[in-house]
Amino acid sequence: MKNRLVVVVFLSLFSAVSWASSDGVVLEHMEPNLADKASLQKGAKTYLNYCFGCHSTKYARYERIADDLQIPHELFMENLVFSDAKIGELMDIAMPAKSAKSWFGATPPDLTLVTRLRGVDWLYSYLKGFYQDESRPWGVNNKIFPDVGMPHVLHELQGIQVKDCGDAQSETDHDACTDLKLIEGSGTLSAEEYDQVAFDLVNFLHYMGDPSREYREALGVKVLIFIFIFFIFAWFLNREFWKDIH
Amino acid sequence: MKVLTDLLGWVDARLPVVKAYETHMSKYYAPKNFNFWYFFGVIAMLVLANQILTGIWLTMSYEPSAEGAFASVEYIMRDVEWGWLLRYMHSTGASAFFVVIYLHMFRGLLYGSYQKPRELIWIFGMAIYLILMAEGFFGYLLPWGNMSFWGAQVIVSLAGAIPVVGEDLALWVRGDFLISGITLNRFFALHVIALPIVLIALVVLHLLALHEVGSNNPDGVDIKKLKDKDGIPLDGVAFHPFYTVHDLVGIAVFLFVFCIVVFYFPEMGGYFLEHANFEPANGLKTPEHIAPVWYYTPFYAMLRAIPDKFGGLVVMGGAIAIMFVLPWLDRSPVKSIRYKGWMSKGFVVAFAISFIILGILGALPSTDGRTLLAQVCTFIYFAFFILMPFYSKAEKTKPVPERVTG
Repeated sequence: MKNRLVVVVFLSLFSAVSWASSDGVVLEHMEPNLADKASLQKGAKTYLNYCFGCHSTKYARYERIADDLQIPHELFMENLVFSDAKIGELMDIAMPAKSAKSWFGATPPDLTLVTRLRGVDWLYSYLKGFYQDESRPWGVNNKIFPDVGMPHVLHELQGIQVKDCGDAQSETDHDACTDLKLIEGSGTLSAEEYDQVAFDLVNFLHYMGDPSREYREALGVKVLIFIFIFFIFAWFLNREFWKDIH
Repeated sequence: MKVLTDLLGWVDARLPVVKAYETHMSKYYAPKNFNFWYFFGVIAMLVLANQILTGIWLTMSYEPSAEGAFASVEYIMRDVEWGWLLRYMHSTGASAFFVVIYLHMFRGLLYGSYQKPRELIWIFGMAIYLILMAEGFFGYLLPWGNMSFWGAQVIVSLAGAIPVVGEDLALWVRGDFLISGITLNRFFALHVIALPIVLIALVVLHLLALHEVGSNNPDGVDIKKLKDKDGIPLDGVAFHPFYTVHDLVGIAVFLFVFCIVVFYFPEMGGYFLEHANFEPANGLKTPEHIAPVWYYTPFYAMLRAIPDKFGGLVVMGGAIAIMFVLPWLDRSPVKSIRYKGWMSKGFVVAFAISFIILGILGALPSTDGRTLLAQVCTFIYFAFFILMPFYSKAEKTKPVPERVTG
């Protein structure tokens, strides 16, 4: 784990394809945890209840999620699937892309690979980045994705955030400021609880981006051990053959 | 057992299998002083086999159409048994191929393996490198991600900079006014049939030519000059079993590193699989920063270093073309860098550093400072080759020993 971190840091030093948002807003870091099945299950619940109405995950199938997240099929279908879809189907949505475009200004993107496209930090920061802005059609804007077409779907949970710019006088200062303040009691969850909801959701979408990841990383250890043992045999075999050659 | 020997005899009377085995394995005498650098040829063969095998199985589930390509890659990742492993082995293999080939080429450069009588081996090798770059480029479009699309768009449109015929040429290559499903289909055909056939043919020629004249070595000594009474070179060992067991060690180390990437870093921080390629091709949405995959970046940096687009294209093409004539640029009486003079040593170091810097610059967005640095490095790159006839001849070389030095 530590070695992995070193490589990641090393690569990000001169990363051409940096994941920082283009406007230079600092992203909040989150470390996904695929071993935490409860978190993934809660994330799936939030996703299917709040996001899935508009965002498809059309490259994934319901059944795979139920199996990977250890949710019994029956329970999964009863509580998490709100259409007449069968469990083996791809998770597409009924909303026509064209109408969606006229409603929101842009078709809500498919989210199967969103964490691989934008990174978990971006998504986590985005979910926490909505603030009140009456100039926008839905009354909210986002500091990570300025002028985004999406309403703050989780606002009943989080509540309302406003820009907190202290004594910024001029309009440019006000626009540049990215500090947000939560209006106390405007949401049903506390700030910590909302952070956890956002974490679980991002964690789930991280799983979604590459569902074989946990299995792959577990298998990798065994493969490497096998190759190492093979290396030892190859080493001694080579030494035996070459011992008389000088 | 007797049945088997009889069978072999029967076949051998009709096809020279024993002779071929002896020529290329049991009686192919290779210098005994191969070092670390000599692993990469055999590893390149291993990676080629990996690419062909995983490629065949990927083709079984991949759908070459603009409508279905992106979804079929995710289908492979999610629904096909072991599909994720096939795909990551193939995508990591592409990068590994270039790592290995660059090291293999640099080995040839260090030890003068392109010099007489090995000019043809070098030419075949360069042709392999060229085909490999084309193979990688065509393959990169197939996932039909947004970076696939825009990368192909940028590279194909480069042809448009050629005077008079450029635009028509780009149109002919694409088969359309933009990169489209038509382009995807022809790239698929080239990637899975045409180029692999050429590649395998060239590898065969590369090896036949090598086994005709024999392998060079880190000392650049001709081992065929001194032979024992049986006609076996004093400094040679039979390829099989000595180098087969030797290469197994190198292969194990390579596979270890390869599997670390496949199982833990398949994206390699966005260098092996680019983030922008995780959304489908979209002709209306240009990625923020278009950079080619890392193995093309040195040449891409040269292209951008030249202010004129056509001039850049000429320089980029020239950078690859000049490598072909390397055997006739080196006029040194010795082969190996070990016995060359300080100018050759200095130039080869400067060349290697410039190439790496160009590779890094090609992956970054350009700024004025970076463009200047790229220009300097491009200059050094060409100076290494163009000045070689002079410095390799003028410098004082060290005496080459009679026998290899171990």
